Amino acid sequence: MSGTFTRYLAGRVFGLLVVILALSAVVFFLMHQVPGGPFTFEKQPLPAEQMANINRKYGLDQPVYVQYFKWLWAVLHFDFGIPFQSPTETVGSLVQRAWPVTIIVGVITITISYTLGILFGITAAVWQNSWIDRTVTFVATLGLTLPSFIIGFLLVYILSVKLRWLPTGGWGKPQQLIMPVIAYGLGPMAIVARYTRASMLEVLRSEYVRLARARGLPWHRVLFRYTLRNALVPLITVLGPGIPDVLTGSIFIEGMFSIPGLGRFFTSSAQFRDYPMIMAMMLLVALLWGATYVISDVLYGLADPRMRVGGEVR
Amino acid sequence: MRSSSDVGNIHDALAAPRVPVLSVRDLRVEFDTRRGRVRAVDGVSFTLNAGETLGLVGESGCGKTVTALSLLRSVPAPGKIDGGTIEFEGRDLLSISERDMTRLRGKRIALIPQDPLTALNPVMTVGDHIVEVLEIHLGMRGETARSRAADLLSRVGIPDPRKRLDAYPHQLSGGMRQRVMIALAIACEPAILIADEPTTALDATVQAQILELLDEIKRETRMALLLITHNLGIVAGHCNRVAVMYCGRIAETASAVDLFRHPHHRYTAGLLACVPRLDRQGKGIFFTIPGTPPELTDLPPGCAFASRCDAVTDHCFSERPELATTDGSIMTGTTSHLMACWNPASLASSDAGSDHQTSARMAVAYGRAHEKSDA
Ligand SMILES: Nc1ncnc2c1ncn2[C@@H]1O[C@H](COP(=O)(O)OP(=O)(O)OP(=O)(O)O)[C@@H](O)[C@H]1O
Ligand code: SF4
Ligand SMILES: [Mg+2]
Repeated sequence: MSGTFTRYLAGRVFGLLVVILALSAVVFFLMHQVPGGPFTFEKQPLPAEQMANINRKYGLDQPVYVQYFKWLWAVLHFDFGIPFQSPTETVGSLVQRAWPVTIIVGVITITISYTLGILFGITAAVWQNSWIDRTVTFVATLGLTLPSFIIGFLLVYILSVKLRWLPTGGWGKPQQLIMPVIAYGLGPMAIVARYTRASMLEVLRSEYVRLARARGLPWHRVLFRYTLRNALVPLITVLGPGIPDVLTGSIFIEGMFSIPGLGRFFTSSAQFRDYPMIMAMMLLVALLWGATYVISDVLYGLADPRMRVGGEVR
Repeated sequence: MRSSSDVGNIHDALAAPRVPVLSVRDLRVEFDTRRGRVRAVDGVSFTLNAGETLGLVGESGCGKTVTALSLLRSVPAPGKIDGGTIEFEGRDLLSISERDMTRLRGKRIALIPQDPLTALNPVMTVGDHIVEVLEIHLGMRGETARSRAADLLSRVGIPDPRKRLDAYPHQLSGGMRQRVMIALAIACEPAILIADEPTTALDATVQAQILELLDEIKRETRMALLLITHNLGIVAGHCNRVAVMYCGRIAETASAVDLFRHPHHRYTAGLLACVPRLDRQGKGIFFTIPGTPPELTDLPPGCAFASRCDAVTDHCFSERPELATTDGSIMTGTTSHLMACWNPASLASSDAGSDHQTSARMAVAYGRAHEKSDA
């Protein structure tokens, strides 16, 4: 069992690396196809000679495929280059500075929103059509339909401007996390709550739950052993994909609450044609997505014996 | 060969003292659906005696499963039991608390469900399922429970039971899962076992084995068996008494011999007379009558069978026949022969019920039901 599993995992990781490699090549070439470049006359009105010098300095005068292989060679040595938008540091140090901020916000958001979403979903399903169920459905609909920046504006308006309970933004104090986490987490919480509720209801109506009751098993036992596990396993496929999204930050949320995270670099890098930074962000996102999918699949296999690699038991 | 052992069976039961363990009286179950109020069970009464098998037969949708689930008070929503009494061990099951009912379910009254494929929790092993029931109802723990679970699996004919305890439901075939359901149902040696078409999903060989097994367990523990089927061959081979259901009511009830000898109700007579056909999967013989039963949301005021009956008279449309004895019916032992029909079949034709014909009918029905396994 463990032998097959290690081989399976190695296969998945290898496949992931191949995909990322191919993706990096595609992105690299496309990126250079987009008109404009990091150092153009509109951005820096310099004489042509000086412009050529700069381009030569960053290797931008060479054919694209040469640039790609140079980049790839450097990346394999953990050298991600220098961000054009902030030439005083390396891409590595920039990401090391900005990403932890995003991760802190992201992990808190994921933990709180997923936990609450699951709990609300279970409660709503167990007490179907009660006031709890209706409240959860209402909040979930709000969370799904309102974009996070509108929720952010509402929060700032109510909690900071009107009630003056919280600072409008900034970084460093715990209370500055409250509004971004709510604005950011309401959507995922809504999705998880709705999905959990639907999944729970389906399992509660299933034949094996009804028959477990007909065998004289007490309700709480049927809830924990028969319902929860079966209802929560399919949730893995919903929970997983939300994670890389939140962990790479949102320009809206980080911009609105002045959080010095990674989110804003997604747009600024594109604007600046900041090639090294674009590639670094691409790698980050691709790795996160890939890792999430592999981990989701492994967890699914652990939780649901029907999915287990290997088939026969012992 | 088989039919001689069947006759033996019937004589066993006739000799046994009749102790009713369960009396159902005027049971009513309704489903409030979007298409209207469905009277799935409409005034059903019967008794179950220790050590005997009562067959419950009837077409699909006539209310067999709902009747069975009512005995456990496990009718699925939106179904609701809204009348009648179910007397078991001196108590009315319809008026005891949910807590007391939970204690009886699976322990004193157990069910083998109709569809074994969706009956087990996919994330629990077979062993988990059985051990759980032993723990909760009998207080067994650890290795005691596990070895008892393995015994039960071998009891229902599952080879290599120790290993099967660790199997997940999806790793077992339909027949194996049905056996697991039987093991679960007999785990606590219930006083009443309800088997809801325990063999429809199975091929003929396995079907015969499982019915033999149920007969054997019944003989050993003197439990009462309510055997639901729409296969008259199974009735002929394995039941002491029969209740024929039609549109949520009992059309006729008698000992198996009496029913085959003198079918009174026109529906029963039709079932016995009509041409047997292979069912869709070719797994058994079913007897079909032309036409379809009326909608349960819109039952006629008279006899529900009137629209399909050859012997229908004006009386049948205006007044609903109630279950009653008939003069001229033969009483065997203490089993009364009851039917709900204004123009009973065997009263019209006096030669319908020679012994020779009866056993021939039973043998034919039984043989047809099992011919695949004999081939
Ligand atoms: N969940 C439900 N919702 C609504 N109506 C139902 C439900 N379950 C059963 N019924 C009604 O009760 C009637 C009897 O159903 P039941 O399952 O008892 O039939 P059955 O005799 O067991 O048939 P089969 O031989 O197909 O198993 C059906 O005709 C249907 O109208
Ligand atoms: S009561 Fe009338 S309609 Fe109904 S079965 Fe008997 S004869 Fe036929
Ligand atoms: Mg049924």
